[in-house]
Amino acid sequence: MIKKVLIANRGEIARRIIRTCKQLGIQTVAVYSDADQNALFKKDADEAYHIGPSQVQKSYLQLDKIMEVAEISNVDAIHPGYGFLSESPTFAERCREENIIFIGPEADILRLMGSKIEARKAMIKAGVPVIPGTDHAVDSARDAVAIAEQIGYPVMLKASAGGGGIGMEVVHSAAELQKAFENNSKRAETFFGDGAMFLEKHLQNSRHIEVQVLADHHGNTVHLFERECSIQRRNQKVLEEAPSPAISEELRVNLGKTAVKAAEAIHYTNAGTIEFLVDEKEHFYFLEMNTRIQVEHPITEEITGIDIVKEQINIANNQVLPFQQDEIQRNGHAIEVRIYAEDPIRFFPSPGTITRLELPKGEGVRNECAVTSGDKVTPFYDPMVAKLVVYGENRSEAIDKLKETLHQFKVEGIKTNIPMLQEIITYEAFIEGDTQTSFLRKYYQPTTGGN
Amino acid sequence: MEIKASMAGNVWKITVQQGEAVEAGQDIVILESMKMEIPIASEEKGILKEWKVQEGDFVDEGDTIAIVE
Repeated sequence: MIKKVLIANRGEIARRIIRTCKQLGIQTVAVYSDADQNALFKKDADEAYHIGPSQVQKSYLQLDKIMEVAEISNVDAIHPGYGFLSESPTFAERCREENIIFIGPEADILRLMGSKIEARKAMIKAGVPVIPGTDHAVDSARDAVAIAEQIGYPVMLKASAGGGGIGMEVVHSAAELQKAFENNSKRAETFFGDGAMFLEKHLQNSRHIEVQVLADHHGNTVHLFERECSIQRRNQKVLEEAPSPAISEELRVNLGKTAVKAAEAIHYTNAGTIEFLVDEKEHFYFLEMNTRIQVEHPITEEITGIDIVKEQINIANNQVLPFQQDEIQRNGHAIEVRIYAEDPIRFFPSPGTITRLELPKGEGVRNECAVTSGDKVTPFYDPMVAKLVVYGENRSEAIDKLKETLHQFKVEGIKTNIPMLQEIITYEAFIEGDTQTSFLRKYYQPTTGGN
Repeated sequence: MEIKASMAGNVWKITVQQGEAVEAGQDIVILESMKMEIPIASEEKGILKEWKVQEGDFVDEGDTIAIVE
């Protein structure tokens, strides 16, 4: 049984994992960089170890240093959180070699799903619909143009190893594709160490809907319903809700079944998320699988009452899932907004010192916050400083609560996207649930100021 | 004219070599901050006289990056 866990992450997700560990009576070990010397997650943990300078390459991505701390602190498991090394097969393998439980799927699954091209192939084999596109890496801009002619513009150019919206771009013509190919391939090479690119048809007017799955080591796989994550900027999510406000019950059932089928086909274990694009006719296509806990997992927890981190640990402990599919119920409606340290108009980052921070309170309000008054938001990491999660008995109640709590959410000293969030939730398209991945581009006309 | 960093970050890519001509509004360097690429442009037309940074350097907001004449 797991008694002590190292959290190979930082910020709000490190705090979130520590919280569940404490509830389960599990000891926690944090690792931190120079920039996170005074971070809340470091104080939350029972023990904390310095692992290097602020740059991620020199700290949170330093596998050797993290394994060293795991040994010194004598942990029996590592929770990787999201981002950083969470989807690294090498990390999972090292853990196995050193007899430490990696709280996540097996290394070969991470490798398979980490390559978007291989993931596509696996899904086609499992009978899961994929977006029309290439099933092998495209080597040159010239080949890309030839393939795009067949698929038809617009096409989405993607890095096979990509993530977080990096290395992908929608292109509308051969000229655009030629220019985008080299740029994105180079970028993917720099960020992910792999410049392999592929093409998919770009589905306009589509929604991003994903399904949470849990699978144990005893052949049981369940889904925890869907999350609607269409509101995005730069291909990164901004607001998520569960359930989706705009799909038929038939599609909901179908998405759930398909996600379970996909997970079973690859013998997936632990928590994972299957992302789909859904078009206006409710046709759906596999987009990718995230083989880790997701940023937006809290909204699923709110509507199902299931603690996903707890289930991850139970699964890693080789326990049988404590529920079957028909025992999982959903109730009410949950919305999460990501609070980014960024200019709400240009979406540019805004590092600096938070001079004042006040979080909203109340029933059905959940804050997953990485920072406190006086903390410095540095340029080294992702701009997300907090997540605000609200729950209501129905969607309109949740929206009302979101309005109220965003008003109470005070951040001074840095710019945040709160004014943007306040604005978009008043749009008619949002209230009607008419949210597609083009939502911000289509509707967002910033009228509010920088702060 | 001094080109200054509009925010703190890492110098990711230098796109113009010393001695080359630059147009007003042309991006001359790309910073990386909070996992985002921030292009910095020259405000005026001229010749890139001197780089004050190298790729991989860390700059603070307001630091001089290059001199354009």
